[in-house]
Amino acid sequence: MSPSLPRVSASVAMPKASLQQVFDNLRAAGYMLVGPTVRDGAIVLEEVDGLDDLPLGWTDEQRPGHYRLTKTRDNHYFDYGVGPHSWKEFLHPSRLPLFSVEKNNGNWTIRPAQEPPPRYAFVGVRACDLAAIAIQDRVLIGSEFRDPHYAARREQVFVLAVNCSQANSTCFCASMKTGPKATGGFDLALTELPDIFLAEIGSEAGSEALGDVPWEAATAFDLGRASRVIQRAERQNGRQMQTDDLPDLLYENLEHPRWDEVATRCLSCANCTLVCPTCFCTTVEDVGNLRGTSAERIRIADSCFNRDFSHVHGGNIRPSIRSRYRQWLTHKLASWIDQFGTSGCVGCGRCITWCPVGIEITEEVNAIRAKAAK
Amino acid sequence: MASEARPRLAVYKFASCDGCQLALLNLEDELLSLVGEVEIAYFLEASSATLPGPYDVALVEGSVTTAEDVERIRGIRKDAKYLITIGACATTGGIQALRNWKDVDEFIRLVYARPEYIHTLKDSTPISSHVAVDFELNGCPINKAQALEVLTALLQGRAPHLPPHAVCVECKRHGTVCVTVAQGIACLGPLTHAGCGALCPAFNRGCYGCFGPMADPNPDSLTAHLLDIGVPRGHIIRLLRGFTGYADTFRAASEKLEKVAQ
Repeated sequence: MSPSLPRVSASVAMPKASLQQVFDNLRAAGYMLVGPTVRDGAIVLEEVDGLDDLPLGWTDEQRPGHYRLTKTRDNHYFDYGVGPHSWKEFLHPSRLPLFSVEKNNGNWTIRPAQEPPPRYAFVGVRACDLAAIAIQDRVLIGSEFRDPHYAARREQVFVLAVNCSQANSTCFCASMKTGPKATGGFDLALTELPDIFLAEIGSEAGSEALGDVPWEAATAFDLGRASRVIQRAERQNGRQMQTDDLPDLLYENLEHPRWDEVATRCLSCANCTLVCPTCFCTTVEDVGNLRGTSAERIRIADSCFNRDFSHVHGGNIRPSIRSRYRQWLTHKLASWIDQFGTSGCVGCGRCITWCPVGIEITEEVNAIRAKAAK
Repeated sequence: MASEARPRLAVYKFASCDGCQLALLNLEDELLSLVGEVEIAYFLEASSATLPGPYDVALVEGSVTTAEDVERIRGIRKDAKYLITIGACATTGGIQALRNWKDVDEFIRLVYARPEYIHTLKDSTPISSHVAVDFELNGCPINKAQALEVLTALLQGRAPHLPPHAVCVECKRHGTVCVTVAQGIACLGPLTHAGCGALCPAFNRGCYGCFGPMADPNPDSLTAHLLDIGVPRGHIIRLLRGFTGYADTFRAASEKLEKVAQ
């Protein structure tokens, strides 16, 4: 038993079972734990109680439009890639009541929805998702126009990152320079080895989460093993996104025939935007009573692929699937850079895996580049 | 429409299972406030007491399948200021539109001991094939919250808010895992109008398309992909020919698949 807590930026080795102690510490500190668990044929993100809820011994196989869970021979907790859910569901919920109004004696009373958000501890955040959270930070709280709902959740979140030990065919974090190693933005970052977790301490809160955990300073041997795990994940990145000619490549090819071609395959179903960890668009719905004396306003996730999204006074500015797909891709990879100073893509591959017909963002950019207008 | 006199509501049934009318009666909590705002003048499923027309709003369930239906819907149209069709039968022809691809006379000969008693049209068609319809509310059955939204909007003189995007959006908002991607299950969600709350995928079933086609569906891409992942052609055709199979998009898609197969 170590008498003291490790210092920030230290790397320590801990027995795997003692991750439960970390969970207990976090819960005692008032956090609600959200992490990976197996449900309906996928590894999803939900409230977890303990180690038993984690996907021990499970991995996933991902291809464009294809995801399957399989059992592995290794008993690892985190031997899988990112799944259908992302952390934005907790920081930027897809359904959020904003306020209600009620009319009494001719006067309207407005009541903000004041449910305080939970203090989340995120368990198993991958490097690409850390990058995605950093992008949403810029978009939603990085300017003078701050989303108070995002801020309230974000400010108190505890991030327990996990370095990827494997990558999928749909992963391209290495080429987006977002992973597979978590390099910042976490309180604790684990690398899973067969016998131990190697933990990098990212903050005071991360150090305190190791209270009563029997840790030891990491040896050079352990550090070497961890580094090889991450290198393997990097090599396994199934695809690449070439970014050196972006955003101009897309701006110069707004009439490229590829947009027509992809529009024959795109379903405009919005799945890509809803699984994307950086897409942030919302709309509001007002639900009123029959007499028009009370109503509630609810913010819900929206998508540029929904036809109504681009309906403005006088008509629809993106009436075709072609125009909507082009809007999404050029915003994600090009105008996002002009708007927010960063690409909107982190290379997590979710849009590729969860597109019902397997459209690949990397392939679409390659096709435009192959016959680009000079 | 909000005035001292309550708007008068009539509810009619054509060829249908009554499920959409039951969805209205299932409003339960809201039913009392509804009768406070509208006068239910004609609704046989709820009460045998009826009041004569004309009516401000006619809600019509069911499809047109007999010569008598054709006459009756014309009368209802004349009697109503707003005619709103409710449910898959009234808006697309319903499951009974399966007959539209078959020989109805043959069915009658096979099924009925006295075929001469049966007088029916050769096809089942939506109400909009016969009279002008002011608004179509999709679903099999309709979603009661959406029904209430349509009536509320009408009372308040605004457009109803019923987003025409894909069922996929509802799955994702609920955190439901895509059954096609994760389990290879054929699902019409990417083509289908939202409104049900993505019920079937939440229970590991593919979407049956009950709410009819969404805005701008792309059926060719989805059916090509389902064939690619090994879903049999006949299964896709049957899936498309469900409760809203005669809606233009689904009909064209299933007929195209059938043609290729021949």
